Amino acid sequence: MRRQIPLAITFIGGVVMIIQYFIPHQISQEIYRGVLDWQMIVGGFVLVLGIGSLVTHHTEKVKRQKEGWGYSLVALLGLVMMAIAGLFFGGMASDKPFMQIFIYAQNPIQATMFSLLAFFIASAAYRAFRARSFIATLLLLAAIIVMIGRVPIGAKIWSPIRVISNWLLDYPNMVAKRAIGLGVGLGMLSTALKIILGIERSYLGGGK
Amino acid sequence: MGFFRGMLNLDRRIIFILIAGAVVVPLFIPFHLKMHPTPASQGLYNAVEKLPEGSTVIISGEYDPGTAPEIQPMMIGALKHCFRKGIKVILMGLWPQGPALEGQALQEVFKEKEFKEMNLQYGKDYVNLGYKAGGAVVIQSMGTSIPATFPTDMAGTPIEKLPLMKGIRNFNDITFVLDFSAGDPGTPAWVMFAHDRFHVPMAAGCTAVSAPMLYPYLQTKQLSGLLGGLKGAADYEWLTKSSGTGIRYMPSQSIAHLVIVIFIIIGNIAFFVVRKGEKR
Repeated sequence: MRRQIPLAITFIGGVVMIIQYFIPHQISQEIYRGVLDWQMIVGGFVLVLGIGSLVTHHTEKVKRQKEGWGYSLVALLGLVMMAIAGLFFGGMASDKPFMQIFIYAQNPIQATMFSLLAFFIASAAYRAFRARSFIATLLLLAAIIVMIGRVPIGAKIWSPIRVISNWLLDYPNMVAKRAIGLGVGLGMLSTALKIILGIERSYLGGGK
Repeated sequence: MGFFRGMLNLDRRIIFILIAGAVVVPLFIPFHLKMHPTPASQGLYNAVEKLPEGSTVIISGEYDPGTAPEIQPMMIGALKHCFRKGIKVILMGLWPQGPALEGQALQEVFKEKEFKEMNLQYGKDYVNLGYKAGGAVVIQSMGTSIPATFPTDMAGTPIEKLPLMKGIRNFNDITFVLDFSAGDPGTPAWVMFAHDRFHVPMAAGCTAVSAPMLYPYLQTKQLSGLLGGLKGAADYEWLTKSSGTGIRYMPSQSIAHLVIVIFIIIGNIAFFVVRKGEKR
């Protein structure tokens, strides 16, 4: 029964949702709205689960004074401080502590972290982009054309590079992305059908 | 030979210093670069340009401070474009930081005399519904009822007290969607549900790294246009004849790209010379 009931719920839920998509009747819309509400509520619980897991992980690290526990302490203090600022000191108005911390602490910290990527990408590109084979050479040439063609200085150096860069994005890139997209879509469809029909049961646990 | 071998093992700190110089120097010694908007950027501009006065547009922000340097200029550009055309704007976000950054974008827009003089009213000309957890489910829910999905705005004001939201039931009452996204949930979810299921025309802006992924939606016209990265933002500023960080940062990005390409070329020359030497 522990397996049959979840399987039956999945089957009925899946089939009902497929049918409701094609029948825009009042009842079907009501069911759809109910399911969406449920999904959003479950989404809210996921947030709680995430915060719980974050707190447990970092508290454990601080308690046992594991390597880098100081950073865990900062993470926990940040979490508590933001929650207090948001809940008790005027919410999200732009002149209140929550938004001030967001603007003057979180903004520059996150922007700095992301900006560092430019340096690592440059260093990685210098070491990894080698014309070792025909395919690697093609990739290298495409990368150079797109990098130069996408910035305004490219047109100043050699005007057609802009057109070639757009062509690379519009055709070879799009063909590859579409193929990947179709593959992913078909994969999702077949996995969904396998779950609805009870063929794929790994979500129930037990490793089968 | 020794020189080329040395080039192959170049200390990465030298690369870091040169990249930093390439980014920083043009910020202090700016130079003018003529923009050549891509067809994708032009598409977004044309789509917004065609919207009649009084239309209602949803602008959704799925980005965070890390990606804001690329996306925020697009957001500011879109707000300016909409306000100039007398379009009503509903701001929202599927990422927690999105609506706060949208608020900052609004502040930036209202610093300019042109928009200050328009005397735009919150609740009448624009609203910020804030963040809602749930990703794609939120968009699906908006398709059936926007007031049920967002009963209050970001500040907690009941939606029925906002004049702009009167008569807005679902996507049937929305003229256009502009989605500015840096990842998931983001543009693919908006295309799948807002466009494909509820048939709202839309366009998007995204970070440069995620732009290639969205090109198939352009060809199928699921997206009317696409702003890709800082270049897309600069294109939009150029087309709307606005000044902003998109155009201002273009010299930095141009020089940085050029430096990286020069490094790649040098690295390959060194690689071939060393390999040839080893074969002998």
